[in-house]
Amino acid sequence: MSWFRKPSSTPLWRDEFSVHTADERYVNRRQFTKFLTLTSFGMLVGNLWIFARSAFHRAPTYPRVKVAATDEIPAGGVKIFFYPTADDPCILVRTGHDSFVAFSQKCTHLSCAVYFEKKQNRLECPCHQGFFSIADGSVIQGPPQRPLPRVRLENENGHLVAIGMEAESA
Amino acid sequence: MNSNPPQKRGLTAIDGAMVLIVILLIVQIWLLSATLESYLAGHREAALPGAVISGVLFAACLALYRFVDRIDSEIRRG
Repeated sequence: MSWFRKPSSTPLWRDEFSVHTADERYVNRRQFTKFLTLTSFGMLVGNLWIFARSAFHRAPTYPRVKVAATDEIPAGGVKIFFYPTADDPCILVRTGHDSFVAFSQKCTHLSCAVYFEKKQNRLECPCHQGFFSIADGSVIQGPPQRPLPRVRLENENGHLVAIGMEAESA
Repeated sequence: MNSNPPQKRGLTAIDGAMVLIVILLIVQIWLLSATLESYLAGHREAALPGAVISGVLFAACLALYRFVDRIDSEIRRG
């Protein structure tokens, strides 16, 4: 046994700290395949989560909220209200003598507030020129892909009452 | 007669299995995004078939992984 280190070009610290980074970082085929299989398991968990959410989904319940008196708005006039919560602005439009429609005011593209364009008789989003039909909230033109959610209304002794929403997504 | 040594043939089989796993994974990623898109649009009927197909794809990936694991062990044993 020698008490002295043999002359060598390798520095002393390399002999004493024998961890090789390249070897540590080396990933072989088996490890890579295991990683891919775990990723596949992650995708399966995602799909199962969506299924669980669908299976245990309950139909939302909506409150009955008085929106306006029928004589409060002139023909072609609008009123902004909040339904079903204080964070959900909606727009009520009087389209005729006895006809009213109400939609969510959030554009289905990027949630800008839509407004009623009386001359064109349609709802318009000023952000990206998305136009919606006043009859049913369907998309006429622009980037939105989905119609505006419609508020179901009831006439209760001269008062319009919001009773629910249509075309709600999950 | 195959002139390739067994080790080389084993590596070719492993590479082939890995390519298959990658293809299955790409299909699974697409399936997850399509199911999520459908769910967020309010169509909940796509969730069950999506989960079942994703399970089948995962089972295929697992089978391929076990295949790679077995071949790799055999190659290392010589």
